[in-house]
Amino acid sequence: MPKWVLLLTLAMTASAQVPDAATGKKIFESQCALCHGQTGTGGRGPSLNRSKLAHAPDDEALAKVIAQGIPPEMPGSWQLNPREVLSLILYVRSLGAIPSEKLPGDPVRGEQVYQSKGCAGCHIINGKGEGFGPELSAIGARRNGAHLRQVILHPAAALPEDFVYVAAVTEAGTVRGIRVNEDSFTIQIKDSLGRFHSLVKSELKDLKKLRGETPMPSFEGALSAAELDDLVAYLASLKGKS
Amino acid sequence: MKCIAWLLCAVAWAQVPYDRILNAAKEPGSWLTYSGNYQGHRFSPLNQVTPSNVAGLHVKWAYQFDSPRTETSPIVADGVMYVTGPNMAAALDLHTGRELWKWSRPIPKDYQSIGYGHVNRGPAILDDKLFVATLDCYLIALDLKSGAERWSARVEDYKPGYSMTLAPLAIKGKVLVGVSGGEAGIRGFVDAYEAASGKRSWRFYTIPAPGEPGSETWPHDGKYKDSWRTGGGSTWVTGSYDPDTNLVYWGIGNPGPDWNPDSRPGDNLYTCSLVALDGDTGALKWHFQFTPHDSHDWDSTHVPVLYEAEVRGVKRKLVAVANRNAFYYVLDRSTGEFVAGRAYSKQTWAKGLDDRGRPMVLPNTEPSAEGTIVWPNLNGATVWFSPSYSPVTSLFYVSVREIGSIYYKREADYKPGTFFAGGGEAPIPNTERTGAIRALEVSTGKQRWEFPLHSASWSGVLSTAGGLVFSGTNDGYVFALDAGSGKPLWNFQSGGPVLSNPISFSLDGKQCIAIASDRVLYVFGL
Repeated sequence: MPKWVLLLTLAMTASAQVPDAATGKKIFESQCALCHGQTGTGGRGPSLNRSKLAHAPDDEALAKVIAQGIPPEMPGSWQLNPREVLSLILYVRSLGAIPSEKLPGDPVRGEQVYQSKGCAGCHIINGKGEGFGPELSAIGARRNGAHLRQVILHPAAALPEDFVYVAAVTEAGTVRGIRVNEDSFTIQIKDSLGRFHSLVKSELKDLKKLRGETPMPSFEGALSAAELDDLVAYLASLKGKS
Repeated sequence: MKCIAWLLCAVAWAQVPYDRILNAAKEPGSWLTYSGNYQGHRFSPLNQVTPSNVAGLHVKWAYQFDSPRTETSPIVADGVMYVTGPNMAAALDLHTGRELWKWSRPIPKDYQSIGYGHVNRGPAILDDKLFVATLDCYLIALDLKSGAERWSARVEDYKPGYSMTLAPLAIKGKVLVGVSGGEAGIRGFVDAYEAASGKRSWRFYTIPAPGEPGSETWPHDGKYKDSWRTGGGSTWVTGSYDPDTNLVYWGIGNPGPDWNPDSRPGDNLYTCSLVALDGDTGALKWHFQFTPHDSHDWDSTHVPVLYEAEVRGVKRKLVAVANRNAFYYVLDRSTGEFVAGRAYSKQTWAKGLDDRGRPMVLPNTEPSAEGTIVWPNLNGATVWFSPSYSPVTSLFYVSVREIGSIYYKREADYKPGTFFAGGGEAPIPNTERTGAIRALEVSTGKQRWEFPLHSASWSGVLSTAGGLVFSGTNDGYVFALDAGSGKPLWNFQSGGPVLSNPISFSLDGKQCIAIASDRVLYVFGL
């Protein structure tokens, strides 16, 4: 146990307010499970049932992540008191005992599926590919297999936070693409060829936010069950830089 | 040449007696108190910058602070601009932004900001002194000419969670301050100090002790009998002042613990209220509570806007507040009587206001263990940054935040110097978190126009007699709108979040606008 946690734990013990994993579980289930899954096995956020967490190698770092979040996707929980933070840490660390996800597919065959189905026309993995889809080199560190499967079959039902597909109507025509950045006066858009467009809102004839829409097609029916398993296994194996 | 330099110097270090602040409208080229005048208007009578020429605004100079996220609202007097940061103040040459003097005070190593950042919102000026409130809860009087400390007064002990981030309010012979710490279980107060000596004149506690008026709204027996001692009621935004009646108007913060109200049944006076205090004694003249028994952290710490208008044929002295709880209020400022009110932003916690201005709270809107979705979020429909009132348009301009939240209720264990919040909030996934500048009819709160903002802003609003409204955005823009229509007329990308209140003043007889963006203060002119 790090010195920092030990000291805080002693202080809490002295005031009869001992952190406990049960309290941490309650907080986790109400505030964290929406993204990390009810048992921490992941979902729209990364799984936490592993011995090492990328952003939290020790408890001090985990306390900081809990308090400050990881913008833009993970909000901070600065309002938790020290006892609640320690309780949450105890619970999150206990998740490491939960077995990691076993996926039925073969990642090597999955890579072939990825190439043959044209995924690289929109996504980039390790520098290969082009377009406006999310970069996938570390997608396996951020999303679990069940979530990846859902995105492949029903992409519009699992859009990332702040993802907006837009159509900006200019004098010269319509620019359609993914919103890269936006403020009160301008918007920056990446189109299907990976080109960036910077537009002044007051000069647009129209700006449509196509909420709930995505240029990614559903692959339901386009993949066999085995191909789907393989593709999920391949994407789940992408953990980024080692 | 030497003679000219000497003359400039003599002008630069003139004094600022109370009468000059009282008659601020007579010298519109200066900015002598936090809101520009005692009435809390943040309105400039200057009219050289107009809708037709505002596109020509450009940077005259910039001043870089040592610390980021600057929230200062400068004071301008006699060719000098006075600015502050956390435990820091500086006098700047108004022509160049170069420092004439700089003062700082170390922040103690064991100091904690519990629930807010290391910020300061500006100084106050009176006679030959500049007044600065510090994070470690001292009020410091600095020599206007040199920045040397003339006196310092320990307002309260910072260790249990007291702090100061606000600009003091200097009135006749006195300097008033309030405290932060509403998330640390403090017992809030407004203090007044003798400007000449630093001796405390009076203190008004925002949480009444047992037996005092208002104490009946707190439990006084059983296991919660001491909840008033940690009841919160911080006072962290500068108030307004009516010199004719010598009444100070000050907004009071949320009760503690914030999101778990179980230990404090009752209305919890004077939290989430506006109080009118006698400037000489601090005696309470009246109060109006906006959010009884608050459980969403909706401090009523706003700049109250004082104005006069006819109500049903009778001219009355009024005070307007756009509250964090998403309702706009007009009160009689002589009595505290509710005159008018309505929601000015999305809210899902109250059916409306009753005839006396009390909210009709909807069921199941309190924080819960599993989370309760409510609009607005804890930062409210607006928060500490200033609104503006233009007597030219009779409009009340406010920067509005349109964000809902999932509110959680947790245990609340009081331990001095730690969070005493009893819960918290989390964002609602995949929802818009936008903002707007809204122009409201001052006596009704009815919206006249709005300018939408992509994200909810942390910047205040300035209106001018030239027919403009200035503000800033999180994404770095300083901008100007037409005060009558809300049409955008000018913007400048500053490169950092604008989290401050704009002011206006004259330099060599020409109107300028100043506003801080992250760690840089910009001065714009034609």
